[in-house]
Order: sequence, then structure tokens, then C-alpha cells
Amino acid sequence: MKQIVIISGKGGTGKTLLSACFAVLVDNKVMADCDVDAANLHLLLHPEIQETHSFFGLDKAKIDPEKCTGCGECEPVCRFDAISEVQEGDFVVDRVSCEGCTVCSLICPAEAIHMEETKAGEWYVSRTPYGLFVHAKLGIGEENSGMLVTEVKKNAKDLAEKNGEDLVILDGPPGTGCPVIASLSGTDLALVVTEPTPSGIHDMKRVIQVAHHFGIKTACCVNKYDLNLSNTDQVQDWCDKRSIPLLGKIPYDESVTASLMQGVPFVEHTQNSTADAIKTLCEQMLNLL
Amino acid sequence: MIISIASGKGGTGKTTVAVNLALVLEDVRSVQFLDCDVEEPNAHFFLKPHIAQNQTIYLPIPEIRKDRCTYCGKCAEVCVYNALAVLKDTVLVFPELCHGCGGCSLLCPENAIQEKGHRIGTIESGAAGSIPFAHGKLDIGQAMSPPLIRAVKKTLRPNYTVIIDAPAGTSCPVVESVKGSTLSLLVTEPTPFGLNDLQITVETLKELEIPLGVIINRSDGRDKLIRDYCQQENVPVLMTIPLDRAIAVAYSEGKTILETQPAYKEKFLNLFEQIKNFIK
Repeated sequence: MKQIVIISGKGGTGKTLLSACFAVLVDNKVMADCDVDAANLHLLLHPEIQETHSFFGLDKAKIDPEKCTGCGECEPVCRFDAISEVQEGDFVVDRVSCEGCTVCSLICPAEAIHMEETKAGEWYVSRTPYGLFVHAKLGIGEENSGMLVTEVKKNAKDLAEKNGEDLVILDGPPGTGCPVIASLSGTDLALVVTEPTPSGIHDMKRVIQVAHHFGIKTACCVNKYDLNLSNTDQVQDWCDKRSIPLLGKIPYDESVTASLMQGVPFVEHTQNSTADAIKTLCEQMLNLL
Repeated sequence: MIISIASGKGGTGKTTVAVNLALVLEDVRSVQFLDCDVEEPNAHFFLKPHIAQNQTIYLPIPEIRKDRCTYCGKCAEVCVYNALAVLKDTVLVFPELCHGCGGCSLLCPENAIQEKGHRIGTIESGAAGSIPFAHGKLDIGQAMSPPLIRAVKKTLRPNYTVIIDAPAGTSCPVVESVKGSTLSLLVTEPTPFGLNDLQITVETLKELEIPLGVIINRSDGRDKLIRDYCQQENVPVLMTIPLDRAIAVAYSEGKTILETQPAYKEKFLNLFEQIKNFIK
């Protein structure tokens, strides 16, 4: 059983577009959406939710006003500036800023601060026309998205193993930080989707470095490659020099937006050279495994 | 005044809006630009700032004083992030898991933990024309972006109109970036993806009690999806930017909209007028 993760560094380069196409084109796999902050893959795969699970992040601090003596010892020990004095002697915790470290509750001389269990999101196991799909929704303003990503991945992997599937395909988040690192960990291949723009290229290079830092093999593809051919050549050169396979080039195509509007994976929506380019990319990616 | 630009979904045009808005305002007021997308900072491609200063940012992580440690295990018990593990005759520290809360050093009964700096990234600052500029760059392999975002925001100049370019998503890095804003502009696109992520972002920022305005980018005129939602949530649509291959091509060349289509100057000035009226 292998795991592929689709990442990009820069947002909006086409990760979810491609993930949905792979869901159509690849058999014997489980799909998972690791962009738990701003999940979108469900809009193309139309999941029927089979199981809903609560996700609990770290407990958050709460001050009991009955017990609080207003001494203020909690305020300076909070490194996240989550405790403030709203009126003289009246201290409150800003739940959005609280990172759950528990230090305030441990030092409070009046034992007026306790840690409250916080539901930080949900994750789901769903059926789709393209097989099983694990996805999640992070609660509003919650943190620990890396922990939720890990939960989604673990369950997708378990499902694939249980059902004897060959592959897990993970639609990853943008960026290079915590949720990306959680998405990359333990995968067999990271497919990096870039676009021929200065930001796209810069962000691709950074996220490839992150993948390599954690020992993850990478391959690349360029979306909207014909927007700027000289930038696309630059990507090709950069990848060639580092022996990173450039597996495909997908043209700029306004029918992609039309497929998104209708909520249909592009390769099911349109048969044209763009769809062919995506199919070839998919074959190349599977060959690489 | 602090105007932050956020979106939920990536690639909707946050940086485009932030950069162009900053450039039109440069002539009429004192503007500062902070790129808080420390995982993938991009505004510098368009503003081309002269970088004068480079500052390394550290997160305080525990360092065990072996001469004092009795391996009692209190530090590992206190650490909710599992950044410490106490074995029979050694204490392991996992810097990438540490949030720098300081609990272990504060609560060690032997006073055997001091803090040392663990490098997480850098802040580069300088100026783009008359616009003071700063961005953060998270080091490769580092997970913790909020402390670096906090450090970028420490450079904030009180009497300036500050434009903050926020990262994609809706979780802690975004909250950290937009916290304290006078107003947030949410850039979206008229697709189900754009709408879905706009909804999550609106809910998040309403929780933070930040006034909101929406900008629809890549509009093909069929924006009903977004407009209906904005009306229902009572969030004004302050600007619309059409779907235009020419804008995408200019972007791919590292050019701003103002450089290739000067008529947008009026549109962005008008956007700012609307912002001023809105927050009055």
C-alpha cells in the first residue's frame, strides 16, 4: 500500500482539481482531503457521509470568576497573550489565542483555572462514486490542524489496508508549515503542482525543500503552463538539474472553471487536450510508484 | 488603520489586492506593508522592496541542566505538546513540537531547565519606494508559523495605514495575521470552492469581531453565488475584478495590475474610499 500527497506551496495552483481527476482515473484507492482548514475536495466528489467522528484538540483554559481572586499571576505567564484583564481584577481567556499549554491553570494560586475539553472539528468517512473518502472540517478559529490532518491520514490508511486497496491519494494544504508537514509525513511520493508565475515557482522550490528535508520523494507538474512558457522552461530546468521528474504540463483552460462550477471532476466533464494531459500525468505518477 | 487581506482558499488574489492597494495609497498617505504569509511570502515579487535588515527569530525551547536534573519527569508531564520525554538518565527535547509556552522551565522543581533560542525563521525588512516593508520567512522544515507572524507584526507602525497580506486557510496562522485589524478584505472567486472557503473565513472573522468586506476576483459576471451569500451575511462586496487572461499573464511576469492596466488606479482608490466610509 502506497501513499501519494498532492501539495503546491502556493494556494490555488490546482491541487484539488487534479486530486478529483485522480479519484476518477485510479482504481483501488482511498481518497483523503488533508486541507482541513479550507477543504474543497468534497465539492467535486459528492460524498455520502457514512461515519462522523468528533475531533478534540487540546483543552482550553477557562477562568472561574467565582474562585478568581484577581491576583493576575496568570496573565504574564501566558506566552500566547491569551489572558487579559478586561476590568480591574477581572481576567478572561481569549479562547482563540489559547494554545492549551495549561501553564496558567498550573500556577493559579486560587485554583480558579481549569482546562475545558474543546471540540475542534469533525472527520468523516464517506462513500463516493469513486470509492471511499476520508475528510474533515476544522472548527471555526481552531488550531491543531496538523493533529486533525494526522487523524484523517491515519484513518484513510487503515481503511485502505482493511479493504485491500493499493493506494491512498491525499489532497494536501497550501503552505510549508504544520499541516503540510503532517500531510507529507510517511508518504511515498509528493506530487507538487505549480504554475509558471514567480510566486508559483518560488513556493514550489520551498515546498520541495520541505519534502526533501523529511526524506519524501517528489515529482512536479505545471498547471496553466502556457500562461508563461519561459517560466515553464525555468521549472523544467530547475527540476532537471535536481533529477526531479516533471511529469506533466497542463494548459490554461477556461473550461476548468466551468467544471468546478458544476462540481464535476474535470476529466468527467470535458474530453479535450487538457483532460488528456491530466490522464498522462496520472499514468506517469502511478508508474513512478 | 490596519487592513488585512485574507481569503480562506489559496490563489484567489490576496497578494494582488494587497500590493495594488498599497501602491495606490502610497501617493495619498503613509502606508506600511506586512507580508504575514511566512510559509510562502510572495508580495516582494511585486513590490520589489530594498531589504535593509535581516533579523533571525527564535522560539524559546527548553535546555536541560544535567547537573541539576533528577529525571523526576515533571517537565514531560506538564508538556501537552509532547516535546519532552524523560528517560532513566536523559531528557529528550523535540524542538519541532515545542510551542515555547515556558511551562517546563517555570514548573521544574529543581530549576534545571533554562530556555535557549531555537531558530524558526527570519524577518526581512526595508522599503518599497516610500512604503516600509517587512515579511517573515519560515525556515524549511519548521512547523510553527504563528510566533514568526507575531514577530512580523511587532514591526507595525502605529500612525500608518498598514496593509497585511495574510496566508491562505482559516486556522491559527490566519487568526494571528488578522487579529487587531480595523477591517479585513476577503478575496474570493465565484466558484463553489471560493464560496465554501469564504463562508468558513467569514465565520472565523466574525468570531474575532473584525469588520469585513468582500472582493470578487476573476468574475465572469455570474457572481450570484457569492453576492447572495454576502447579502445574507450582511457583508458588503466592495470591488469586483474581472476574469482576464491579461491579468494572469501580467501576474506571471511579476507585474502589478496597475503597471499593465493604469485604469485600475481609480478602482483601488475607490475601494479605499468605500473602506473608509464603511468603518466610520
